[in-house]
Amino acid sequence: MRIDLSGLRTGPSQVWGALRLVPLLRERPVEGLRLHRLAFGPTVRSKVLITNTVSYHSYIPHGFVADWNRDAGDSEQSAAYGTQIVGKTEKILGMPMTTHKRMVQKAGKQRARFLPLHLAMEGYLALHFDAPAIAWRESSERVIHRGLSPRSEASWRGLVIPGLQDALRVFEIYEGQCGVLLYAADALAAAFVVPHPDDYRELHPTLLLDMYGELIYQYALMMPAVREFRARIDDDVDSLAGLRAAALAQNRAWAEFHDTVMMSALVDQAYTSERAYQMGDFDLVRFKPAFKPGEENHIGEAITDGDGRIAYLKTFRLSEAQVRRGYLLELLAAHDWHLGKASASIGTDSDALWHRVQAAGFDGLFRGKQRKAQ
Amino acid sequence: MGMAADLVAAEDVLLFVNAATASTGQREFYDTADEQAMSLEFLHEYMLYNYRDLYAASLALGINDHNALMAIRGLLETARNATPGQKATEGTLIARRLLTLPPPRVFRLFKDLRRHGVNNRRTRAIVRDWIKGLESPAYHAVKYRSGFKAGLKHAHIDIGDGELRDFLFGPLAHKPYTTPILETWRQAHYTSSALYKLPYTVAEGFAAKHGIDREVFLARISDRMTPLEKLRTGEDPVDPLALLNESAKYHGPQQIPWLTRLAVRVLALPLDERAARRAELTEGLRRFAAVEAGELAGTWGRVTAVLDDSFSSFGSPVKRRRPLAVALACHFLLEALAAPGQYTPLWMSGRKDPLLTYPGGPTPLGLRLIDALETGPDRIVVVSDGWDNSPPGLAGEVLRVWRARLDPEQRVDVVHVNPVFDADTLDVRALSPDAPSVGIRDAEDLVSLVELAQFAQGLLGLPELMAYLDGRVRRYLGAH
Repeated sequence: MRIDLSGLRTGPSQVWGALRLVPLLRERPVEGLRLHRLAFGPTVRSKVLITNTVSYHSYIPHGFVADWNRDAGDSEQSAAYGTQIVGKTEKILGMPMTTHKRMVQKAGKQRARFLPLHLAMEGYLALHFDAPAIAWRESSERVIHRGLSPRSEASWRGLVIPGLQDALRVFEIYEGQCGVLLYAADALAAAFVVPHPDDYRELHPTLLLDMYGELIYQYALMMPAVREFRARIDDDVDSLAGLRAAALAQNRAWAEFHDTVMMSALVDQAYTSERAYQMGDFDLVRFKPAFKPGEENHIGEAITDGDGRIAYLKTFRLSEAQVRRGYLLELLAAHDWHLGKASASIGTDSDALWHRVQAAGFDGLFRGKQRKAQ
Repeated sequence: MGMAADLVAAEDVLLFVNAATASTGQREFYDTADEQAMSLEFLHEYMLYNYRDLYAASLALGINDHNALMAIRGLLETARNATPGQKATEGTLIARRLLTLPPPRVFRLFKDLRRHGVNNRRTRAIVRDWIKGLESPAYHAVKYRSGFKAGLKHAHIDIGDGELRDFLFGPLAHKPYTTPILETWRQAHYTSSALYKLPYTVAEGFAAKHGIDREVFLARISDRMTPLEKLRTGEDPVDPLALLNESAKYHGPQQIPWLTRLAVRVLALPLDERAARRAELTEGLRRFAAVEAGELAGTWGRVTAVLDDSFSSFGSPVKRRRPLAVALACHFLLEALAAPGQYTPLWMSGRKDPLLTYPGGPTPLGLRLIDALETGPDRIVVVSDGWDNSPPGLAGEVLRVWRARLDPEQRVDVVHVNPVFDADTLDVRALSPDAPSVGIRDAEDLVSLVELAQFAQGLLGLPELMAYLDGRVRRYLGAH
């Protein structure tokens, strides 16, 4: 899968300290899909039942509701005016320790509720944890004693990212804006796209409740303010019309630079996607990157229309260590957890790979004999 | 060397005047109150110790009440640094400025002076002259009792053995008073019907004491409220003339910036109500604009205004929609100043209806400036906080290229007035070195600010600035 942002146009960026927000504008909203915010009230933490026996625990500050194929005239149910459109069974105020059933759930005839980013995060956490394909005793014993050891990953809540609150507050939302790209020290932190400008207006503050990777937190904390890309006009204009053309060219130049340089790592990658839910013509998918160490890697979730264009997008930038862990898991799984074969495939020896496995904290996954041999 | 120092001095003074006009030390859209206050304090101290004469002269310019108070306190605190000549000028300037300050601020100054232990002979003389010069001391003693008393005690003022002295220092021992307001005040302690003859703020306390319902109280006290108190508390009336006619006499200075106040009031109304009362509101704003324009009405030729209604014109919760209100008031004022039918307003968002304006959207200042230049005006007035972000810096580039390539003779006069002080840069945000940027607090100051703007452009040096300030000071003192 590729991230297809056609239909979205890049607007001039706005800078606040080390943070840069780049608006994405649509000429026309995506038809037939709306997103609403579902406030979960002062939830302390939540537990999501994935199957009957496996559960996912997390603090989940908000959820999204996707509506599709509603009549255009159905303005009462539109999110932009703050109307609550939650089903009768779902009381939303105050629900400490509530169990959400599944990440994506049908919440009405033409409505699904899903938990933003958690869908993607669960996909990442569950990477090759469907239980090992090979049976071995150590693993079985550990499972019996301690259960399926859950993997854990740290992320930072938007509220603690220095400056993010102010950056979102002073950001001047554009007419027709349907998305935003958030950069910290000009490293892409998160992409957020919704189908309709009114949805964006309502969901803009939820960026503060989302989770962000370690890199973003550190960049926002330590990096100096980023520079604005200031417009420059050459001196060779000789009429007002020329001046206007030059000014408009500046807008285009920025958009082109942004799309080809700053955003390229997000859109030029091929992702592995998994469909989580189908709603009419739209697919809710979660995707993961190829886990290339040393490069930008984003996991995320998207709603795509029949042609694969993005209607909704939310991404999470993995930190270097997270990318390495993902890379190792994929590599080992591809070679049936055989160190020799796996190391040969990347042109190194098994000692070196073993050190990397140890550093990533995965040595417990190997047999004791193997561990001793190393 | 001398030239460079002169230029720096002129720049510093303008910087200070910009800051002291625009900032009130309150929270702004991009700055917190602390940042604003810290920057302001620094500027005041810098001016006080480096350019004492110019600092004092700034009292004669349109710096706002908040900054005037800070300046007066600074000058009084450091009296020993002043030469006798400076002391004389400062004294008259301070005395004159105190007369144009609202009484609550003056009494706050007195309390401040006392708290900071500023008690030199000149301070005492100034406080004494101000209190002795009051039209109705009894009224002020009732309405601002603690401040009045603080001033008296701090400046050792002898007010004689009359009733006023008893009222201040042993109020309920004396009965009855012969001064009507003092007697009413005494009676209000015992009977609730007397309190409706007291000033609103004093009556409020008695109403609480007698347990009077707030709605009943507001309804009955309405004719004792000053116009500003009415604006602050009531939903009605919005019609400015009715407001002025049906209110109690305001005992402060009479130059209230009604146009801007009204713009703030209009913007506080819901859009539907503004649309429903369009004729009445427009008429009110136009009438006040005409009064402000005075004899200058229709003399500015072809004017185009670029007015900022981007999201940042919301201001802050404590200065709600202030930048937008200034823009709205400037719109009506410029309409009056321009030659009939020769005025073009261009709002940042592209919306056309000034009365239904609201803060929202980005600030494509550069493109709007090109639109403005296309109307072929004699003068362009930009009212904006200067956060040009769509794309950043385009406005500066447009002005630079326009001046360099298309209008080297400066046929078009471009002025930028900025209602927001930027704490980081210690100045209002400028668009470009090619267009002067000046701070503005009330739209009423627009005319004098445009005058001052020529100095901001660096076209005229310190001697001219000094001469201009001298002129302003003389006019200011002469007007007394």
